This record gives sequence, structure tokens and C-alpha cells, in this order.
Amino acid sequence: MRKRVVSLWFPRLPSDRVLRARPVDAPFALTHRQQNTERLYCLNQQAERKGLHRGMGFSDARAFCQDLQSRPATPKADQRFLHMLARWAKRYCPWVGLEGPDGLVMNIAGAAHLFGGEAAMLHDMRHRLLRARLDVRLGLADTRGAAWALAHFGEGTAKTGQTEALIAPLPVTALRLEEKPSVALQRLGVRKISDLIALPRATVTRRFGTDVLMRLDQALGAQPEDTSPLSEPPHYGVRITLPDPIGLSADVMAGCERLLERLCAKLKANEMGARVLLLTLRRVDQASQQVELRLARPLRDAARILPLFERGVGQVDAGYGIDQLRLEAVQVEPLLAKQVSHVSNQPKGGLEDLITRIGTRIGLENVQRFLPADSHIPERAFIIAPAAYSAPDGTWLAQHSRPLCLFPPEHISGSGVRPPSHFRWRRMPLTTGRATGPERIAPEWWMSDENWRSGLRDYWKVETKQGRRLWLFYTPQNPNWFVQGEFA
Amino acid sequence: MTDDFVKSFPLRTGRTHEVCGPSPLPFVFALSGQLGSSAMWIHEDWQTQQINPAGFAAFIDPQNLLVAKAKNQTDVLAASEEALRSGAVSLVVMELTKPIGLTQGRRLQLAAKAGKSTGLCIIPEGMGSNAAETRWRCASLFDPADSTLQRWEITKNKSGTLKAWDVKWDAQARRVIVVSEAAQR
Repeated sequence: MRKRVVSLWFPRLPSDRVLRARPVDAPFALTHRQQNTERLYCLNQQAERKGLHRGMGFSDARAFCQDLQSRPATPKADQRFLHMLARWAKRYCPWVGLEGPDGLVMNIAGAAHLFGGEAAMLHDMRHRLLRARLDVRLGLADTRGAAWALAHFGEGTAKTGQTEALIAPLPVTALRLEEKPSVALQRLGVRKISDLIALPRATVTRRFGTDVLMRLDQALGAQPEDTSPLSEPPHYGVRITLPDPIGLSADVMAGCERLLERLCAKLKANEMGARVLLLTLRRVDQASQQVELRLARPLRDAARILPLFERGVGQVDAGYGIDQLRLEAVQVEPLLAKQVSHVSNQPKGGLEDLITRIGTRIGLENVQRFLPADSHIPERAFIIAPAAYSAPDGTWLAQHSRPLCLFPPEHISGSGVRPPSHFRWRRMPLTTGRATGPERIAPEWWMSDENWRSGLRDYWKVETKQGRRLWLFYTPQNPNWFVQGEFA
Repeated sequence: MTDDFVKSFPLRTGRTHEVCGPSPLPFVFALSGQLGSSAMWIHEDWQTQQINPAGFAAFIDPQNLLVAKAKNQTDVLAASEEALRSGAVSLVVMELTKPIGLTQGRRLQLAAKAGKSTGLCIIPEGMGSNAAETRWRCASLFDPADSTLQRWEITKNKSGTLKAWDVKWDAQARRVIVVSEAAQR
């Protein structure tokens, strides 16, 4: 079958991407740092109308155009966006590949009639992309080179066999040539593709190398060129279908073991580890039961994962029996292969398995650890983070003695700036034996904290005659006494 | 007298113990510091009292402590049993608010034995379980010279006698020191 290639060129892909999220009705440009100067990376139509162009120094551009708005460019995000567009373009045909940093190429042979012909298909593409606020140029021809030329230099559709007639009047740069041969050709007066076709082939090869004629032949269809589609992202899902239904949890675990082995082999090949696993058990009566397992760290060790499923599988209602098992790694994280050595300084991983096992019962985010935080406020001097998603970190330096436990401040009656000699706390009459302090802590004005509305606090360590050692504070701006913690 | 203390503290591993009294926290942290390695603290999520890492850093490195918040006491006990049985942590501290029956107490003992770890229940006063290996009562004492003095008292012991000690915490050596009775006079 003859190829029919559509080339999509997004002339303003980076700025269109940013403006989609945050529309601006003014000259707008993305800037990129090159050789120690900010240069314009991509700009919208209004900025172009003001006479700005790509590669211009940003300070010059600001001088030309006072109301220019700018954002730093992120080429990585642009690439991600282009991949998203490539996925979207699969609605037209399965053969979709990338064309440079700002274009797509697709082979629509055999797919156009599904959209009512080539013209209707191109119209649909243009309409949808315009609605998504993306500027696009389309070219359709028999070859990839010709489609590229048409997309970049005057849009158009070349009917089958008309390619040469349509691209002949285009400049030689439309042949995807490198800078050097293309400039040399123009210096010699070879401006259009038709001029190049007219030249004797042998002299062109001798003068410019094989590259120029190869590009020409590719555009005219004399030399084949592939449109290779993007590779599919790996899918981490496996399943097993049984001839007879099963109901015992030992049988389900055995099936699960077989699935896990296959899944882990797949994960290992891609150097990935599973973070969330979903086991779907389909019953004979078409109902299905799901067992979710969230792991405390990425794993691809079948022997370690399997026992963690026991609790979930035990709770499944098998009904009349289960005849299909499906295991999917819903969330995966990179897990690089490690060198095996005779000196093992890696922990055995018993703690992570414990966190997972407890997490299946009480929720993985409820198993937590303490991380130090940079604050003088006692209740903000630490962060409580889920243990599964954080690593133990940081050092704990206590400049002043701190209580073993904290609770929400409890009001006690007292007056004056020194701790009361007698007070009642939690219905216990207490007598102050020794008071150490004060230690003044000011609220963090950049954080609005309801509890610190009362202003400064003077903290005292009060050792009572009855034995308890309490952490009291006095708020001088709003005279009151409170108990907030207890010492050893 | 000190020999007695060394026999009783640190607590026997492979068993579950109980601690009650007005200030059990110093006992718990001193024990976790002496056992070393990692510990897990399991409590119910409605409790407003919060252990403070800046405070207990003198006893145990907060990096070695994991905290689990469970919905109710059943989940606390289930999570504790898992943690004790796995043996991945050397100490499992559980805060109990309701008395536990003999069955639950015995299950905790068996789990601790299987995992060779130590379990410690913080219980309200007078709610001890008969299955516990030892039960301690801890209270702070006022001392004009020192601010870490405590009275630790064994009120139940399956394999020893009952006794009380006055102890201090030595922050430099990170260990418990028994105050001799003569020194107190």
C-alpha cells in the first residue's frame, strides 16, 4: 500500500503550552539562558508582530517592547507535552512518531476513510488543535520529506503522484538540509528545489556529499524512509485464567505466586519496583473482588511480596469460586539493580515488610516517623512523615531541655510573671518546688497559627513537690498561665 | 541491691511487660535507649498527648522510632502482635486505654516469644493483665539537687521478687543509675 504521510508542525509549541494554562492577551515570550545571556526561546503572535524574533537578547526585546511578559522556558515539559500530543494523535492512526522537537509525523494510509477522507481528516485535526489553542501547520504527501516540506513552507496537500510538482517551487531549505550545504547551495544560485532537480546528480554529490541527494530522493519517494511509531510504555499486568473455579485461600495464594513471578521478571527487565499492587479476583458469577497492597518501599522480590498478600486474600469472599486472577502493578518506581557483594551492609528489609504489613491493617500513611524541622516553636520543631515515603534523616540537637511529651496548652490559674507557687492542674493540687526559666519563644509571624495568637511565651520548667515536672508558659501580652508538656 | 536491679532492668526479652503510674514515659524511653536498635510506638489516633522527639532524643535517636496510629484498641493490639512477631524491632510500645483479657495478653506473650522482642504496654493504673511478665509503677520524685529522680517499683513479677528503686538518668552515659538508699538520707 502506498504511504500517505501527514506532518504536523507546531511553530509555537512551548509558548502555546504555557499560554494554554495561563492565557495572556499581550506580547509574551519564553526565555532561555544561553551562553550567559537570556534569549527569547519562543514567542506568541503578538510579540512577533512587534518585531521580536527568536534568539534575540531578552534585554533588547524588553527595550523594543515595554509590555512584554515572559516566563522561563522548560524544554523538558515541552517534550512531555509533545509526547502527550503523540498519544492524542493515535486517535487518527496507529503510526505516530515524533518529528524533531516540535512536530509529529503520522502515516495515515488506510485510516483516512474512517474520518471521511483525507481532507475531512485534516480539517478535523486542525479544528481540534485550534480548539486546544495550539498553532499548527499541516502537510500531507506521499513521503515524509515532502510532507515536512509542505508543513514548514506553505501548507498543502499533495495528491498521490503530484509530490514533485508541489514541492518543486519550495526553497531548498525545505529538504531538511543541514545549515552548511543549504547555505552553499543558495550561494551558487540553487534557490528552489526545482533548480536542484535540474542539476546533474554526479556533480551535486561531488560538491556537497551524498546527504543532499539523499534528502531529495527521500522527498520525491525514490528512497524509502520510515515513520517509526513511539514504543508503547511497558504494562505491568499479568493474569491467569483457570479451567475450574477455586475457592481455598491456599489455592489463590498459589495462583498469586505464579503471577508474581511473571510480574517480577517483567519489573526486573525494566529495572522497576512495584509500589502499589492490585490483585483482581474474578468470580464465576462475574463479580470481582480486589485486593490492594501498598508497599513500604519499591519491591520486585516475589518471595517477599507474596506473604504480604496473605491478609488481603484471607478476607476475600470467593462465592461460587474464582476463575480468573489478574495482578497489576498500579504504581511503579525506578529500582536500580544493585551489585551483589560478599559484604552485605544492606539492611535485611524486615522493617519495611513490617511497615507494609501493619499498613495493610491501619493504613500505610498511619505508620510514621519523626523528621527534624527548622523552627523554635516546640510543636513545629519536628515533622511527622509517613515512614513508607521518607527516609530517616537529620540530627537532633537540643539547645534547651525539652519535655518528653507535649499536649495542647491547658489553662491554670495564676498571676504574675513568675510561676505560681500553688496551682491546680488536672484536678491535682501541686506545689512548686523549683522553677527554671524563663525561656522566651516568639511566635513565627510569617505563619498564622491559631494557638500562638496570644503572642510571646515565657516557658518555665516547674518541678513540683509532688514529683511531676511540668512545662509551663506565661503569655505576657495576654497574662495567663498554661501547661503544655511534661518532663522526665 | 543494684544486682537486683540489673536482673530486672532492662526487661526480659521475648516477653510482654506493663508499666503504669503518673510518669511512665521516662521508663519507656530509658528502656528503648538501653535495648538499642529500633522501636515502634503504637497508639490510638484520638490521643492528643504527643511524644516530643526533641525531648526524647536524649534517650533514643528519633530516627530509630516509628509511630503507628491505629483506629481503636483492637487495631493497636493487632499491629503490636505483628510487630512483636516479626522481630524487626526490638521494642514495641503500645498505649492501652482499656483493660485487656487473658487471651489478648497471652497472644502478646506468644508473639514476643516468636519474634524474640520485648513488648511494653502503657496501661492506666489498675488495669493490668495477669498475662504480663512484670508490671512496673513509675513516678517522679522531687529532689532539690537533681531533676531526673524517679521511683520505679515492680508491683507484679512472674519470676522474681517485688522491689522498688530510686533511679536517676545519666544523660552523659545514657544510662540509668540506681541511687543507693544511704545516699538519699
